[in-house]
Amino acid sequence: MSDALRRHGVWIGFALLLAVLPRVFTSGTSLTMMSLMGIMMVFALSYNMLLGQTGMLSFGHAVYYGLAGFIAIHAMRTFVADKLPIPLPLVPIVGGLAGLAFGVVFGSVSTRRAGTAFAMISLGLAELVAASSLVLRSFFGGEEGITADRSKLFRVFDLSFGPQVQVYYLIAVWTFVCVLAMYAITRTPFGRMCNAVRENPERAEFVGYSTQTVRWISFSLAGLFAGVAGALAAISFEIMNALSVSAGQSGVVLLMTYIGGVGHFMGPIIGAVLITALQISLSDITGAWMLYFGLMFILVVMFVPGGIAGWIMLHEPVVKAGLTGLLAVPYLTVAVPMAASALGLVGLVELSHHMLVKAATEGGKFRLFGVAVDGSSLVPWLVMVAIAAAGFLVARALWPRVTHAWGQVHDELKRRGLR
Amino acid sequence: MTAAALELVDLHKSFGKTPIIRGVTLEIQQGERHAIIGPNGAGKSTLFHLISGRIPLTSGAIRLKGQDITGQRPYEINRRGLSRSFQVTNIFPRLSVYENIRCGTLWSLGYRYAFWMGVDKLRDVRERTESVIEQIGMTARRDSPAGVLTYAEQRALEIGVSMAGGADVLMLDEPTAGMSRSETSRAVELIRKVAQGKTLVIVEHDMGVVFGLADRISVLVYGQIIATDSPERIRGNPAVREAYLGQAEGA
Amino acid sequence: MTELILFSTLNGVLYGMLLFMMASGLTLIFSMMGVLNFAHASFYMLGAYFGFEISRHIGFWPGLIVAPLLVGVVGALVERFALRRVHVYGHVAELLFTFGLAFVLEELVQMFWGKLPVDYRVPQALDFVAFTMFGTTYPAYKLFMLAIAIAMFVVLFAILTRTRVGLIIQASLTHPNMVAMLGHDVPKVFMLVFGAGSLLAGLAGVIAGPALVTQPSMAALLGPILFVVVVVGGLGSLSGAFVASLLIGLIQTFAVAMNVSLSEVFAFLGVSPAAGTLLGDLWRVTVAQVAPVIPYLLLVLILIFRPTGLLGTRDT
Repeated sequence: MSDALRRHGVWIGFALLLAVLPRVFTSGTSLTMMSLMGIMMVFALSYNMLLGQTGMLSFGHAVYYGLAGFIAIHAMRTFVADKLPIPLPLVPIVGGLAGLAFGVVFGSVSTRRAGTAFAMISLGLAELVAASSLVLRSFFGGEEGITADRSKLFRVFDLSFGPQVQVYYLIAVWTFVCVLAMYAITRTPFGRMCNAVRENPERAEFVGYSTQTVRWISFSLAGLFAGVAGALAAISFEIMNALSVSAGQSGVVLLMTYIGGVGHFMGPIIGAVLITALQISLSDITGAWMLYFGLMFILVVMFVPGGIAGWIMLHEPVVKAGLTGLLAVPYLTVAVPMAASALGLVGLVELSHHMLVKAATEGGKFRLFGVAVDGSSLVPWLVMVAIAAAGFLVARALWPRVTHAWGQVHDELKRRGLR
Repeated sequence: MTAAALELVDLHKSFGKTPIIRGVTLEIQQGERHAIIGPNGAGKSTLFHLISGRIPLTSGAIRLKGQDITGQRPYEINRRGLSRSFQVTNIFPRLSVYENIRCGTLWSLGYRYAFWMGVDKLRDVRERTESVIEQIGMTARRDSPAGVLTYAEQRALEIGVSMAGGADVLMLDEPTAGMSRSETSRAVELIRKVAQGKTLVIVEHDMGVVFGLADRISVLVYGQIIATDSPERIRGNPAVREAYLGQAEGA
Repeated sequence: MTELILFSTLNGVLYGMLLFMMASGLTLIFSMMGVLNFAHASFYMLGAYFGFEISRHIGFWPGLIVAPLLVGVVGALVERFALRRVHVYGHVAELLFTFGLAFVLEELVQMFWGKLPVDYRVPQALDFVAFTMFGTTYPAYKLFMLAIAIAMFVVLFAILTRTRVGLIIQASLTHPNMVAMLGHDVPKVFMLVFGAGSLLAGLAGVIAGPALVTQPSMAALLGPILFVVVVVGGLGSLSGAFVASLLIGLIQTFAVAMNVSLSEVFAFLGVSPAAGTLLGDLWRVTVAQVAPVIPYLLLVLILIFRPTGLLGTRDT
């Protein structure tokens, strides 16, 4: 009983969490943000079916998200206009099928090549679709996009889905279903062979598998789930425009997935939640938030290529062996100067941003970390440089303690025969 | 009369203008243990690549159990019952030993690209995988990532992955390369066990291994087979001695 | 009609040469280091902006010399302190790093110079009409750009074929691993090549800035076309990059110049699908509107049917 509970416990917990969240965070902004998180979770997980599971780097995944979203929104308009008895909760099926169809068609062409060639094809296809979005105005709606009214669809159980909380639950259910499905797929023969193709495509051929077929199916399934995400977006925002097929959207999902961590199933989930939260909260606080994303991404690529999930999982054997104590103090010691350094850098970016972008209209004075500063004076600049530099130097000086602690951990694990 | 396990008919392979395989004709019977030896650069690995579909033929034909496999892709050839191992270990580094072997079993057990059933629940997959792991003696390391195994363990895994699919024609490319004496004799025992009831084609430099295992030996020199015979007669063959000049060890 | 062909050819060749200035650097970097540098067009953008700043404060001609050098230095520093770290994580990580770099550079440029185009002007000395034909004028500045591009081509050719470094680089285009094994100081050569490639891109930016618009999105607009050029030409082939640059430059220029739509071509048939429909949109599409799309069609087709590109010898 307890074994089954442990295995299914995570899923039960996840479902409960999804159900309970709107009780805790009741504001409209929170509901919108959580809805977006659900959508991005599905989108990022679908992207990781390609990148993390099968080793395929795509620069154009938003094509499937966006095109399916457009199909969904056109479908919604048709369902309303023709008074078809199809309720809103079934619209993501339309999105999924559209995503699957596009995945199959474009995939037949894209998956003939691998590696950099595949990445370039995905880029080329994405540019093709983005360029055609300007031309095919009836489908893409030009600059204004296409809108629909979700509350006008056929109602079941008297649910209009006008209020955001109802939409949240719709998204939550679909998110749960999709996450569960995508996880289940990783545990199938096909899912295992995707990993094999990622690890060694040549050897996979020699054990009887056509790597192209594996990649094509993976691509199509990724398109399916991206399509569901696109339809959920169409439902949530009630508008689709050309931005959703753009290179920018493909870039965001790549960022999210990579920062979250491509090597673990949880990675894209973490990335989606974090980046969505940052996107929404940061864009209010600072105008330089896109720059921060880019810098975060570069830092992850350079120093933590496994992403957040990868970094967490590094510590799994440590936690299991009860050795966290060895690492706790060195981590804390280094965390303080690192945080200071980050703070200093953020301060410099904010100062620059304000002086370069806003000073002309607003003058040099603004609030930085809640403190009133004058960007035109040299003082806050020097302070920030000092904090950043000091933090960096202290962290660098203290870093050997971390490596030493890890060395101790390794030795202990070896002693216990766990390595 | 049953068809030969493997028939090579006048194989030619050139890379650009350079001929590597210059007319190889050979018939290997079912159940036979056949070794291919020859000096470095003779083209032994190239021959393996041609047979297993890794590189295309310039001319000639290859038949597997009577069926023409010339020009087929590696996976098509594998599905017809030919499996090979690699001289440079070619496994799935971040997957565990268990997963490596399991990947080798999936197609042969008929599961193909199924994404609608859980693989952990499949009893036949589990049993076959565990059986192969036991045969190669890796049960203790079944959950280790393949990349952290010792060299000899990786070579054993390499053989394991090749045989996991139950192919009845097994081709091993220098399976004992780089091994110590004791590791080699363990590997030979494994190969002997594994090859029971199957056709074995093996490329080897270690003459002790070759003369101990093989029913027949072919000698490949500069892309041509200069002799195919029983081990004793090969040992006494003057052309072979001349080609080798001091490479024979433990003969 | 003749004037259309003449001017389109001139402009097409010019655009092609500009593309080649950048594609040559990208090809060299990819061939030596295996990195498809997403941020290459960003260095082009930096060149334009540096050139603008310098020409604003000192003059265009100093800018012409200094700006590319600055960009080259930036490139070398990026390679030395960042790319080299990422190298150990593999090609995917390197590609992702350059992708992030392009992202960050665009944001930084936006922060420093704003989102709107800046007024990077043609210098007075070159601001005259070169010649007039069929009533249309052709600016001297464009001839100047052409001259610089050709000069760069000649210098590059000379360096590659007549110097030792050049021979090493040529060898690495087709046999990168071998070059490393011959004992050359590979990290230093990498830094040199990355810096030089960035310098070439920067030079393209400095001279293109006044003619084309200098704005933060110029990298994002030109970047994908650059990839099309190197892939179509054949990764690892400089002559392929040259041919592909001219090909794409001419195709795009001619396509934009020809403003014909399917509907005009088929007007005589009397067929005309309704305005608000998908088919109607396709029918009314003009060649000019399709022009931006043509390179990508070419890219996808080449990658499917001839992945080594027109003249390449290496598969990606």
